[in-house]
Amino acid sequence: MWYFRTLGKRKIIEFIFLCLFMLFFFGPLLNLLLLAFAGEWQYPDILPSVWSLNWWSFVLQDESLVRSMWLSFVIATVVTLISIIICIPAAYAFARIRFPLRRFFLFSFLLTNAFPKMGLYVAIAVLFYQMNLMNTFTGIILIHIINTLMFMTWIPSAAFENVHKSQEEAARDVGASPLRVFWHITLPMAKPGIIVASVFTFLSSLNEAEGTFLVGVPNYQTMPVTMYSIIADYPSTAGAVFSVILTLPTIILLFAARRFVGADAFANGFKMK
Amino acid sequence: MTIKLEIEHLAKIYPTGDGVKQIDFYVNEGELVTLLGPSGCGKTTVLRSVGGFIEPTSGTIKINNKEVHHLPPEKRPSAMVFQSYNLWPHMTVYDNLAFSMKLKKVKKKVIQEKVTEVLKLVHLLGMEKKYPSELSGGQQQRIALARALLLEPEVLLLDEPFSALDAKLRHELREELREIQAKRNLTMLFVTHDQEEALSISDKIVVMNNGHIEQIAEPQDVYNTPASLFVAQFIGRMNFVKGKAVNNTIRIGDLTFPFDDAYTGNVTIGVRPEDIQLADNRTSSIDALVDKSMMLGHFAEITLQTKMGSLKMFVDREQMKQIALKSTIPIHLNRFLIFNETGEVLNIIGG
Ligand SMILES: Nc1ncnc2c1ncn2[C@@H]1O[C@H](COP(=O)(O)OP(=O)(O)O)[C@@H](O)[C@H]1O
Ligand SMILES: [Mg+2]
Repeated sequence: MWYFRTLGKRKIIEFIFLCLFMLFFFGPLLNLLLLAFAGEWQYPDILPSVWSLNWWSFVLQDESLVRSMWLSFVIATVVTLISIIICIPAAYAFARIRFPLRRFFLFSFLLTNAFPKMGLYVAIAVLFYQMNLMNTFTGIILIHIINTLMFMTWIPSAAFENVHKSQEEAARDVGASPLRVFWHITLPMAKPGIIVASVFTFLSSLNEAEGTFLVGVPNYQTMPVTMYSIIADYPSTAGAVFSVILTLPTIILLFAARRFVGADAFANGFKMK
Repeated sequence: MTIKLEIEHLAKIYPTGDGVKQIDFYVNEGELVTLLGPSGCGKTTVLRSVGGFIEPTSGTIKINNKEVHHLPPEKRPSAMVFQSYNLWPHMTVYDNLAFSMKLKKVKKKVIQEKVTEVLKLVHLLGMEKKYPSELSGGQQQRIALARALLLEPEVLLLDEPFSALDAKLRHELREELREIQAKRNLTMLFVTHDQEEALSISDKIVVMNNGHIEQIAEPQDVYNTPASLFVAQFIGRMNFVKGKAVNNTIRIGDLTFPFDDAYTGNVTIGVRPEDIQLADNRTSSIDALVDKSMMLGHFAEITLQTKMGSLKMFVDREQMKQIALKSTIPIHLNRFLIFNETGEVLNIIGG
């Protein structure tokens, strides 16, 4: 107790909050991890009584499951690339050009996220039927992009706004054409925002289930879609293994982005006034 | 002397109706010309038109006798130093300086030599690897100046380059700028709203007000013989007194002065505090009540109540000892200006 007494009330409260946060955040993750490696685990026990990799080999040997993993990563990559190509110029335009429709666009972007997703998807599905996009790769990509447009435009747009017009002018002044200014000055300065948005886009595409389910069945089953049937058909350990595989890229990417964005840009870009 | 920069009939009217018009002036080689005026009078508009960041509504801009107003900024032989420095935060000092030369595919060795040379000139040798965020405001502005100097511009444009810095640093950088100018024979167009700064560094001052030019003259002439009431009140300190001109006399209250001009109507008399002096016995004098005194270092500012109204004068330490508060002293106006109702100078009396 002497230890806590030296800390003072505020520190203790902070400590308690930290513990609660860790519990809520890492508790389920830890549980998931343990479950994925469990052979036998009775309820009151803190740890599994028997460890096993059985479900890992089951998941990794099942061809359709492996295919769904591949599919997920391919789709997420394509969606991210296309989103970057579409959204970066749009984001720049939003940041620089004060056209009157700006507010309207922002509003409509928010709107797509305000409705219950399923309602929106059903409306889109009707359209897709008419255009023969149901059960196609293109259809899935499109429905994912509808989701990612929002942050892929607004996060980089905020980043572009942080690049002052006069910093671009300074580059013009020393002899850079508008294109070179964008490439050497604007884009690198907005890089942290663009990376964060790309990671978000990749992950949200990777985890997207509802839209993919609606548009992709039966031929295109990504990991999150497959997850539903696994949870229904197999013991929870299989679901845990699958979840870990699905969570892993999220964690790796977030850490990579944090390190990357942290190392060069956060330090030197955002500290600037 | 050769004219480096020449601006003729320049006008820029923004969609809002604000802007500048009838801008005509030139800058000789090796000169520092200042655009001086209150905030919003159009200084930046003129400067940015020269730099190529604003397209003028009409008029011509010539550098080395060649029209440049149709060229984009990257093709103009001018370089700009901005108030907000505008260094690129993702590049080191070295890369900030090398950027223009890398674009031109200059050899690496030459780039290194030039960067070292210019860093020596701005007293920041050894800062190559630092990022702008690691530098103080004064250092950042020196780097921005170095970046502009590396372009070897025909005309260097500076838009209130020191106004974000504290007073002491501002003084230092002004002096450094003058030194660099001497070494490099720079031709500069300098924008400021600070009349003291303009008076101290300029070869020539272009005083602007409300989108037009009020006066173009050397610093001492702008101070001594302002072309208008606006210039007189914007530059230096001046007392203003209202009066009337009738029948070759000026009346202020019940005081009268002879006035050698046919003008009849309201006038404003302007007299600088240093042109008010204690009257000795020989000169005609006005009685003045010493109302207030404010110590300002090596001199004091005294507020006087006279028949003309309230006047301020400067006195030095010795005189201060002889002047008691609330006493009446005789004063004499050594030199004063007379302006008509529209603010034009009618006459300068004395001095
Ligand atoms: N882009 C613009 N659009 C509309 N009005 C402008 C613009 N830039 C400047 N102005 C107006 O033009 C006038 C002159 O501005 P500026 O050249 O910036 O003055 P200064 O540099 O002397 O403070 C001001 O009234 C300002 O509000
Ligand atoms: Mg300005």
